[in-house]
Amino acid sequence: MVFSAADIAAVWLTLRLASTVTVLLLLIGTPIAWWLSQTQSKFKGPIAAIVALPLVLPPVVLGFYLLIAMGPNGPVGQLTQAAGLGTLPFTFWGLVVASVIYSMPFVVQPIQNAIEAIGQRPFEVAATLRAGPLDRFFSVVIPLAKPGFITASILGFAHTVGEFGVVLMIGGNIPGETQVVSMQLYGHVEALEYGQAHWLAGALMVFSFLVLLALYTLNPSAAKRTFST
Amino acid sequence: MNSAQPIQLAFETQYLNFCLKVNLELPSRGITGIFGPSGSGKTTLLRCIAGLQKPEIGTLSVDGEIWQNNRRFLPPHKRPVGYVFQEASLFPHLTAKGNLQYAMKRADQRGGSGVAFEQAISLLGIETLLEQYPDQLSGGERQRVAIARALLINPRLLLMDEPLAALDQPRKQEILPYLDNLRTELDIPVLYVSHSADEIARLSNHLVILDKGRAIASGPLHEVLPRLDLPFQLGEDAGVVLDATVVKRDTQWHLAKVEFPGGELWVRDGGDPVGTLVRVRILARDVSIALQAHHDTSIQNLLQGSVVEIADDSDPAVSLVQVAVGSSILVARITCRSQQKLAVTVGQSVWAQVKSVALVR
Repeated sequence: MVFSAADIAAVWLTLRLASTVTVLLLLIGTPIAWWLSQTQSKFKGPIAAIVALPLVLPPVVLGFYLLIAMGPNGPVGQLTQAAGLGTLPFTFWGLVVASVIYSMPFVVQPIQNAIEAIGQRPFEVAATLRAGPLDRFFSVVIPLAKPGFITASILGFAHTVGEFGVVLMIGGNIPGETQVVSMQLYGHVEALEYGQAHWLAGALMVFSFLVLLALYTLNPSAAKRTFST
Repeated sequence: MNSAQPIQLAFETQYLNFCLKVNLELPSRGITGIFGPSGSGKTTLLRCIAGLQKPEIGTLSVDGEIWQNNRRFLPPHKRPVGYVFQEASLFPHLTAKGNLQYAMKRADQRGGSGVAFEQAISLLGIETLLEQYPDQLSGGERQRVAIARALLINPRLLLMDEPLAALDQPRKQEILPYLDNLRTELDIPVLYVSHSADEIARLSNHLVILDKGRAIASGPLHEVLPRLDLPFQLGEDAGVVLDATVVKRDTQWHLAKVEFPGGELWVRDGGDPVGTLVRVRILARDVSIALQAHHDTSIQNLLQGSVVEIADDSDPAVSLVQVAVGSSILVARITCRSQQKLAVTVGQSVWAQVKSVALVR
């Protein structure tokens, strides 16, 4: 067996984390993307900048602030404690929250671009065909922006799989709880287990390649659009 | 169903340096042509009626139901209007049939056009196109599907925004007969926006002329077209239409004689049997005036009438002369010099020589 039990556990944990985060990202990111694509509010710029912040911010910086905020004395921490949930750092759900924030731009931007590319006309047409706002969203926006949603899911998932800095700051390295593949890989290197590290690193390489391959074959135009923004 | 009450609307809206300010009462039946140059506010007017655009000040009632006033603004999806956009607006992810079903699922359940699926597809002749996706259809076919789709929401008002403008001439000719079908089969009012005088002359019963956001004329086609006081954006298209009946056909010369209130005209035989109601269009530039009947001329149609009004055209060399022939009115475009030489005056009895008559439907 090339992979140790801890390696396998890390892989499963990573997949569980990335799937959870991707679902949450689509649920949270879609309304944000919709709002950004339609609004003429003066808050559009600032909100777009906040959403895009993780693109340029070093992950450890983000992780540090999240650690403070979600810690026992932080505002989020006090809220979760008051709700009887304890504190989030060094838990699976703490990782989920951090990953959602960290991967948000990779989901919002493709969806926003796809919706903007549709233009206003199909929405107007749907309105004149007596489709209400929610109906228009499900019957026109989702089918026409489907390439954007596919791109967003793949990127959100892949980006969560690969994160390290944020996990390091607020996840720690608890097996089965926060010990994801990238942490496990780091652990192998620290312990000079280069053979094990090779296998995990190679697996991540293959995974990343397959993700991009899927992106380009499923969705050639959307892939281009995402990477040209 | 017959919607008895007229459409009443008053809109005021400003966008950048364009201002639309109209106050109109439009008939509850038939096709109202909305004519004007680009930028005159035709599309804005339709968008306000559909609720796609909210005028700052506006009232609108259709068939006695208020769609907008100072307290109420019905959103577009609650208005039973069919809207046909200028360019193809079919949903690309649905087949032609899928597009039609999209409308049927959301159709207004109350009275309206009452057009059923089979009727809509046969009115527009799209039976064989149903399984195709929009990108497999020609521009004309897409527009026919879009019109059928607009009818299937069971509208109480059909709005058409230059539905033929994006098509080439053969495609236009392909669709026009279907629009004629709508005119005769539909029980709801249609507002038809166009900058093509040909389409307006062929299709409409009522005419609104827009210029720079104002309605400068609104009335029955037969009354608006002969008016000489309109700043004639119609230009070379200035002229009148007459509704007439085919009374005789001359198969030897391929001509047909049509009778209109006040006289008869020979036109090229369009193949219509005797008794058919037709519409003919006589352009002002094809009518000249003589003081006596000349029979030594190639012109077939000579109509005696009396001069009602004389006005200047936008071109300083020519005048427009209204001639009453029976209860119908013709407009002649003659040079000012001829007018002086013949001493044409109001009330005078003259002969209108009609060089060319077009059978428009």
